[in-house]
Amino acid sequence: MRPTDIRVPDYFHKVVDCQWACPAHTPVPEYIRLIAAGRYSDAYMVNWESNVFPGILGRTCDRPCEPACRRGRVEQEPVAICRLKRVAADYKDDIRGRLPKVPAAKNGKRVALVGAGPAALTVARDLLPLGYGVVAYDQESRAGGMIRTQIPAFRLPEAVIDEETGYVLGMGLEARFGQRVESMKALLAEGYDAVFVGTGAPRGRDLEIPGRREAAAHIHIGIDWLASVSFGHIDKIGKRVVVLGGGNTAMDCCRTARRLGGEDVKVTVRSGFEEMKASPWEKEDAMHEGIPILNYLVPKVFTHDNGKLTGVTFEKVAARYDDQGRRSLLPTGEPDVHLPCDDVLVAVGQENSFPWIERDIGIDFDRHGMPVVDAATFQATLPGVFFGGDAAFGPKNIIWAVAHGHQAAISIDQFCHGDDIRRRPPAAVRLTSQKMGIHQWSYDNDIILDRRYPVPLRDKIIALKSIKVEVELGFDRKLGYAEAERCLNCDVQTVFTDKQCIECDACVDICPMDCITFTENGEEQELRSRLKAPAENGSQDLYVSDALKTGRVMVKDEDLCLHCGLCAERCPTGAWDMQKSIIQLLRAGPSCRSS
Amino acid sequence: MTYLAKPKLHHPKLPVNRLGYTRRDYEGAVSTLCAGCGHDSISAAIVQACFELDLPPHRIAKLSGIGCSSKTPTYFLGNSHGFNSVHGRMPSVLTGANLANRELIYLGVSGDGDSASIGLGQFAHSMRRGVNMTYIVENNGVYGLTKGQFSATADKGSKSKRGAVNNDSAIDLVTLAIQLGAGFVGRGFSGDKAQLVPLIKAAIEYPGAAFIDCISPCIAFNNHAGSTKSFDYVRAHNEAVNRLDFIPAGGEITMQAAPGSLSEVPMPDGSVLRLRRLSEDHDPTDRTAALNYLRQREAQGEIVTGLLYLDPEPDDLHAHLHTVPAPLNRLGDAELCPGSAALERINAALR
Repeated sequence: MRPTDIRVPDYFHKVVDCQWACPAHTPVPEYIRLIAAGRYSDAYMVNWESNVFPGILGRTCDRPCEPACRRGRVEQEPVAICRLKRVAADYKDDIRGRLPKVPAAKNGKRVALVGAGPAALTVARDLLPLGYGVVAYDQESRAGGMIRTQIPAFRLPEAVIDEETGYVLGMGLEARFGQRVESMKALLAEGYDAVFVGTGAPRGRDLEIPGRREAAAHIHIGIDWLASVSFGHIDKIGKRVVVLGGGNTAMDCCRTARRLGGEDVKVTVRSGFEEMKASPWEKEDAMHEGIPILNYLVPKVFTHDNGKLTGVTFEKVAARYDDQGRRSLLPTGEPDVHLPCDDVLVAVGQENSFPWIERDIGIDFDRHGMPVVDAATFQATLPGVFFGGDAAFGPKNIIWAVAHGHQAAISIDQFCHGDDIRRRPPAAVRLTSQKMGIHQWSYDNDIILDRRYPVPLRDKIIALKSIKVEVELGFDRKLGYAEAERCLNCDVQTVFTDKQCIECDACVDICPMDCITFTENGEEQELRSRLKAPAENGSQDLYVSDALKTGRVMVKDEDLCLHCGLCAERCPTGAWDMQKSIIQLLRAGPSCRSS
Repeated sequence: MTYLAKPKLHHPKLPVNRLGYTRRDYEGAVSTLCAGCGHDSISAAIVQACFELDLPPHRIAKLSGIGCSSKTPTYFLGNSHGFNSVHGRMPSVLTGANLANRELIYLGVSGDGDSASIGLGQFAHSMRRGVNMTYIVENNGVYGLTKGQFSATADKGSKSKRGAVNNDSAIDLVTLAIQLGAGFVGRGFSGDKAQLVPLIKAAIEYPGAAFIDCISPCIAFNNHAGSTKSFDYVRAHNEAVNRLDFIPAGGEITMQAAPGSLSEVPMPDGSVLRLRRLSEDHDPTDRTAALNYLRQREAQGEIVTGLLYLDPEPDDLHAHLHTVPAPLNRLGDAELCPGSAALERINAALR
């Protein structure tokens, strides 16, 4: 193998698994250290820079970081990254003075945002400090988009949404709320320098099976129903409720139904339990509230009696896989199952919907009705029009919407300055030694053996009484500290200088995870098989040095490194050093412009 | 030194031996020696050897004297018996322990000062008595704890870190051990575990006095140009005479080598020492030839490593003394005090 070039910014970024997995590349270990130090406001601001909604995401994020967390590979459970984010939000001081200052002199450019959800607000947050005039349209009367309409208050209190959307609104966003944009053509005619579409995936998919029309009064589309609950238009539901669907919306629907009078609430899914789209923790939360999840049931008929819904009939299926591993659900031939109920909530998916965009103005749509959007620049086929969030590539989640927003803001800023929007400067990485003394490091390198701490919950009886009572209490400061200490500080990198190495084996002997081997060089696959511990996780890189004095090379498998720094402590020559890698992320502004 | 304990977490696929232990279960406290000390590598090799031999940690006794090397038993085999004796007196304490309980596995850990200076006499007598043990000298040619004076194993003409030249002759513990009657004599290098681990395994299984001189560079005081015990010097002058493979009793022989260069030495317990000769002139089972060979190579400035001498018919102190097979510490009053009738008989026989 060729020696690893650690100057390539992605090399060490990938070692920070959580940050690499986060669409917005939040520097997770950095803010977790700040939480451990009790510097909650600082931890909050590190988050805010990256993901704009730490308090919201600390309760609702889809957490791509946690399955990636190295801790999950070296023991069992990842660090509770998401809920630590909430700790930062819960215990911070007033941070309003630390938000970016918006210049009084504007740059004369005006940008329209269609929708005021997470993607659009991220664009506003990035462009307002640059002096842009930003106008946001939303059909609802308040900002937040799906954050406000689709996430029930028992998971995310309204005050948190108000606070964090308020930070962006307070930067001088011109809000035209309660105004639905009915024509893109008309909007473009208003002469904006750029338009960003962040309208989400606002249409819940329906289920056209027999009985749908007859029993319509008691069959609700999940996201519409959640929005109505959120705005107080609906405050009760029948005692027996069947929720159709296996995504996170289905989980929100069933748990909301439990709080509005549903006593016998069931979730049914077509697939197997394991393949459900809902996050594992959301399934757990639903089951914890006494909601069974029944799998391999395909809805066949809504049964009704003179227009009154009486239940749903399901066909039982089983999963079969063909040679290529493709799954099909085939009827088992067992008798159909009938679940009697008073109401049905349909949460079988969401769709985009752009009836307001004229098809003859240069914005191309594909055959699925989705806009043709560049995956890197987020620009549509009409220059100056950008899409982001669920509106760009279909339903994902908040953190993806934020990531899209940041990228779209860069494009918009470049576009408004006449730059080539496809040109992105490379991300920079800065390495700083953490050595303070012979055996002192500026990070806590002791490895705590504590297992993941569960987040304290409110008593179930109280929690199920009201839609407004937040179920999770969040970590208190003490638990937050204990959980923060589980973080392995993967951003403090093991940096090897081959010129210094005398091949004394001290690092090999001390490494608790057998990561380090001195051996003859070879091809990667072959090399992986003959390390001190075989490097079987191909998704994790090998760090290979140049040839050493004996002709061997140092090979470090990054996979299970605890970042404990013992290799550097035992190294007599300083060939190993622990250096913090700071990935400098791109943000809209002069650093991304050519002039 | 390191202030942190080595984290308990280990590689999820760390192998387990026949006793259900991982290698990590044979470790001790975290080392307080200087970073990069060769002694730590020897500790790691001992850990690896005991793990691979499936030794029950509570059946091992590790004894040492005074010095950097003699501190190391704290850093391996944390669940074994240990004794830090007086400077240079490890061999007699070990001999006593071995006499009292012949069933334990004895590991004597010493250094060049402990064994070649203050304890030279003790070393000599334990060798000639054939105490069943593995005696490892962690040899760095320097007094590290007192800031780098030459030890008795420092080569004549080698230079100290401050530039002083050593004018005294070096004591070669390997030659001494062979002359004094040790049944198993080898030399290793802390920087080559592939050679050292099988050597330690074979020494532990050898039922007699087994001696290993292990060159172990002192990073702080003896790893400079002019030293003959530095990493660079040892690597440049290392002359391995053989590669050793220890095959436990009933174990499968998997190693393949060119015929003619292989020799197998069966051990009394059914295990086999398999030697792949790298030098055709060296016969490890011939004491005189081995001594001659060592002299020749060393005269040419080579550091000869590997299994240097092996007595294929081992015996030990207990055999010399005709002791009973049961450990002496387990003999009760009935065995030790045969009664006045027996005393009468003995007295009568002497009249």
